[in-house]
Amino acid sequence: MNRIHTLFQNKKERVLSIYFTAGFPALEDTLPTMQAIESAGADIIEIGVPYSDPIADGPTIQDSNMIALENGMSLKKLFEQIKDMRQTVSIPVVLMGYLNPIIQYGMESFLKKCQEVGVDGLILPDLPMQQYLDEFKTLFEQYGLSNTFLISPQTSEQRIREIDEHSNGFIYMVSSHSITGAKTGITEAQIAYFKRVQAMNLKNPRLIGFGISDAETFGTASQYSNGAIIGSAFIKKVKDSKDLKADIHAYIKSVIQ
Amino acid sequence: MIKVDEKGFYGKFGGAYIPEMLHPNIEELRENYEQIVASPEFQEEFQMLLRDFVGRPTPLYFAKRMSEKYGAKIYFKREDLCHTGAHKVNNTVGQIILAKKLGKKRIIAETGAGQHGVATATVCALMGMDCTIYMGALDIQRQRPNVERMRILGAKVVPATSGSQTLKDATNEAMRQWINNPVDTHYIIGSVVGPHPYPEMVARFQAVISEEIKKQLLEKEGTENPDILIACVGGGSNAAGTFYHYYNVPQVRLVAAEAAGLGVSSGKSAATTALGTPGILHGSKTLLMQTEDGQVVEPHSISAGLDYPGIGPVHAHLFDIGRAEFVAVEDEDAMKAGIELSRMEGIIPAIETAHAVHALNMIEFKKDDIIVINLSGRGDKDLDTYIKWGGY
Ligand SMILES: Cc1ncc(COP(=O)(O)O)c(C=O)c1O
Repeated sequence: MNRIHTLFQNKKERVLSIYFTAGFPALEDTLPTMQAIESAGADIIEIGVPYSDPIADGPTIQDSNMIALENGMSLKKLFEQIKDMRQTVSIPVVLMGYLNPIIQYGMESFLKKCQEVGVDGLILPDLPMQQYLDEFKTLFEQYGLSNTFLISPQTSEQRIREIDEHSNGFIYMVSSHSITGAKTGITEAQIAYFKRVQAMNLKNPRLIGFGISDAETFGTASQYSNGAIIGSAFIKKVKDSKDLKADIHAYIKSVIQ
Repeated sequence: MIKVDEKGFYGKFGGAYIPEMLHPNIEELRENYEQIVASPEFQEEFQMLLRDFVGRPTPLYFAKRMSEKYGAKIYFKREDLCHTGAHKVNNTVGQIILAKKLGKKRIIAETGAGQHGVATATVCALMGMDCTIYMGALDIQRQRPNVERMRILGAKVVPATSGSQTLKDATNEAMRQWINNPVDTHYIIGSVVGPHPYPEMVARFQAVISEEIKKQLLEKEGTENPDILIACVGGGSNAAGTFYHYYNVPQVRLVAAEAAGLGVSSGKSAATTALGTPGILHGSKTLLMQTEDGQVVEPHSISAGLDYPGIGPVHAHLFDIGRAEFVAVEDEDAMKAGIELSRMEGIIPAIETAHAVHALNMIEFKKDDIIVINLSGRGDKDLDTYIKWGGY
């Protein structure tokens, strides 16, 4: 049983997942950022693997991706940085990244490496479900990695059921029609969508992401799901930080209160 | 047989690698487009607009002086005479009718040279649809006249400021904005790129080029089949249209001219088949210029329309199986070919198109071979670049 399953068995509410970009703001900030996210009290760490063309991301994460790449970040470098992470990080770790860098690395080598260093799951936004089922599902299972799919307000009920069927970890509910970081605040229409999905009684836990930025939005999202994911708002906090650990602590504590 | 399969693959290339947020849009298109396009109402409107609005059929013109110089029978397919100045409008006319039939209210598009942007703004004006065009900030500078044309036509032009600020970045931005507005908006992709069904759909709208070549050549030469077809390739839509009805006629050689920029090995190039490896860009598996780590490399070409690090999946497949010959034309040679065409035949071509013209110097052919070059667009938009280059 991997750490994601254990987490959701023990904690069903207000699960907080923090996304950050590997190698940002400085190349060697990856591991210290992870340690600070855990010690501040978040539940899941999502490491963003930087990519030159992140088509599901807004300006904040585009920017952090570009800076990380300029810093010299790569998948190879990331695996070096986190090879001993399990000595200091115990909460679930998920890698989030676009498909192309992973394909160049080699899918199987990538999955094997993830297992070796203690990564628990993957979020690959541009890997479609059918492709996953046809080509990669058995490999994911072989290396004990859970795969998280996204759903959005447009996703049909039938497709949500299929996604639930093939997910094992959690489902990532994109909060609105948007790329990351696009909107703030949660509207009535979004709440109607949260409720609609909540009423479906899915077997997988759900985390709501995109547009979650503070205690209020985290609280609202958590009312209708098992918790939420914060990305852009976190990136903004660390971007110009002079004291990474203190700033990460202050921010995460302000969210979970 | 060159044919797209059910999942949108041409051999190893194609598919639909898109974020889940776009899944409903792509499904809606995939499920409906073939049926809509095949319907008599669609065909009637499409054919009428191609004829009366675009000005089709475009002539197949025998280039007497250049034929003498090169020692072959050279014909030009005059897509530069299409309304708005390039082949791009064939596709936008098709997609705007489709968008209307799908009940969409807004149109977004990316553009490089601005030709696709102008062609999109034009059909949006024609149909009274709201239109936003994403264009790299660098391209906005180097294709100024087209930016103003789009604005005159009532479109909003939004600069893409990430990356190299060219076509790739404009495409990223258009995809992001489609994710932000999935319900009422149709994205008119401008080339045979993107997730399935776009590459095949755009190719079909452009296939009118080869359909006409067949008829026109039969009249002029008594055969439908030239020996050689030449077209330039950015994403590959004019080439796909030129090759479409000849894919499976093996005796017809297909020549695709890519942009070598300052030279294939200069680090400033857009020669995708020469420099690319298989990867995923803008929703399809194709050949693309990338680093070992899978980061997309910024391309370079003097022509904004060819300044793209990828290539449509059908062309990756044609390259892979050796069905098409690819040549890489450098900036300087393309510019000179543009001047040659101007002075010998009285046609100032788009700089994209000039790459195809220069290919005549890079391939072998026999005396009296029939060669058809697709003149994808005219040079009005490129006057600034011609003037800056100054070599005339
Ligand atoms: C005149 C002309 N030719 C060719 C192209 C390249 O596009 P494609 O390869 O899709 O034909 C462009 C693109 O802007 C263009 O304007």
